[in-house]
Amino acid sequence: MPTVTMNINGRQMSANVENRTLLVAALREDLNLTGTHVGCDTSQCGACLVHVNGKAVKSCTMLAVEADGADVETIEGQANADGSLNVIQQAFQDHHGLQCGFCTPGMVMSAAALLKENPKPTEAEIRNHLEGNICRCTGYQGIVNAIMAASGQSVAMAAE
Amino acid sequence: MYNFEFSNPKTIENATKALSSEDAQALGGGQTLLPTMKQRLASAEVLVSLSGISEMVGVSQSDGTVSIGGATTHAEVARQSREAYPALAQLAGKIGDPAVRNRGTIGGSLANNDPAACYPAGALASGATIQTNKREIQADEFFRGMFETALDEGEIITSVTFPVPEVANYQKFEQPASRFALVGVFVAKTSGGVRVAVTGASNNGVYRWREAEAALSTDFSASAIDGMSGDPSDMIEDLHGSPAYRAHLVGVLTRRAVSSCS
Repeated sequence: MPTVTMNINGRQMSANVENRTLLVAALREDLNLTGTHVGCDTSQCGACLVHVNGKAVKSCTMLAVEADGADVETIEGQANADGSLNVIQQAFQDHHGLQCGFCTPGMVMSAAALLKENPKPTEAEIRNHLEGNICRCTGYQGIVNAIMAASGQSVAMAAE
Repeated sequence: MYNFEFSNPKTIENATKALSSEDAQALGGGQTLLPTMKQRLASAEVLVSLSGISEMVGVSQSDGTVSIGGATTHAEVARQSREAYPALAQLAGKIGDPAVRNRGTIGGSLANNDPAACYPAGALASGATIQTNKREIQADEFFRGMFETALDEGEIITSVTFPVPEVANYQKFEQPASRFALVGVFVAKTSGGVRVAVTGASNNGVYRWREAEAALSTDFSASAIDGMSGDPSDMIEDLHGSPAYRAHLVGVLTRRAVSSCS
């Protein structure tokens, strides 16, 4: 079986996988990084969203062998160095951006990708960016509020 | 999905060699092929990934044309052709969702020729030239019906060259769950006349709406095609829309596209 080596959250990690192994399966089952979730397994829901070479991708729709040599960021790498929640994670907690929490890893990674490209998004831009992330609990308003707050903008603005 | 051998060539030449083996399949961004393989609707002995071929990535401009490498993602087309060909950038920026756009490629989309995909409409309306590892194919000759193209076995799209029209616009009536076009219309006005390409509507995939082209080439205004609609006789019928509904949308979206050009 091929060996795939990735730099995941700043650490070199390797796994022996089949060619058909999906990136999300390699992360969860071979490397025990179970923070990345499998929701629909059909690239609709975004629960499996991670960053590969700085780009948000759905890890259920990419082969692990395609990520060989890549830099990968997952939800496990998002917390601050001291273990405290980073600004996006904290905003999700503060603004009721989650209920059951299943979609949250993908939501946080998607939000991180957005804020990297667009540090002060409008509410419309946030909603547009989240088209590929499905949440069945919150009705999205809490998530949108959290991303507004994480980008240092007034949350009242998002509620208008 | 069934297992396969994996090939990761770095050049078009090596990809061509890898694809010459029996039952080899090219893998672009995988946003259609991998879900299809998971469902075991497709399988391959050898999967040849095209994403590591740097000569097939990027957007360049010269002399009134925009050339896009076949392995360029939708996100990069949206970003890099914004000034040179805004209507095409707008089309690319509305495909799927942001994560899908970071993987899916223009070559993959055109080679798949999904009857509801956006790029076939852009390529056909623009009169694009599709460069493969073997030859050049004009867009008018390329699309051969639902999921069918002029590509032979082992033939891959290495780049696509778009002549930039005087004005152009793409209007997509989005199917909100899949984000494919329920109907999409790309209108391009060139010195040689107006071209109108329709996706999402016909059972034969993307097509040119000649009646609207003739009317718009005489008078490029929405009122020139007032009351006109598509021919529903061979249109797609599914739970999202009837042939009559799609035929109606063809007219509405074409008028919106023409209005948005001015």
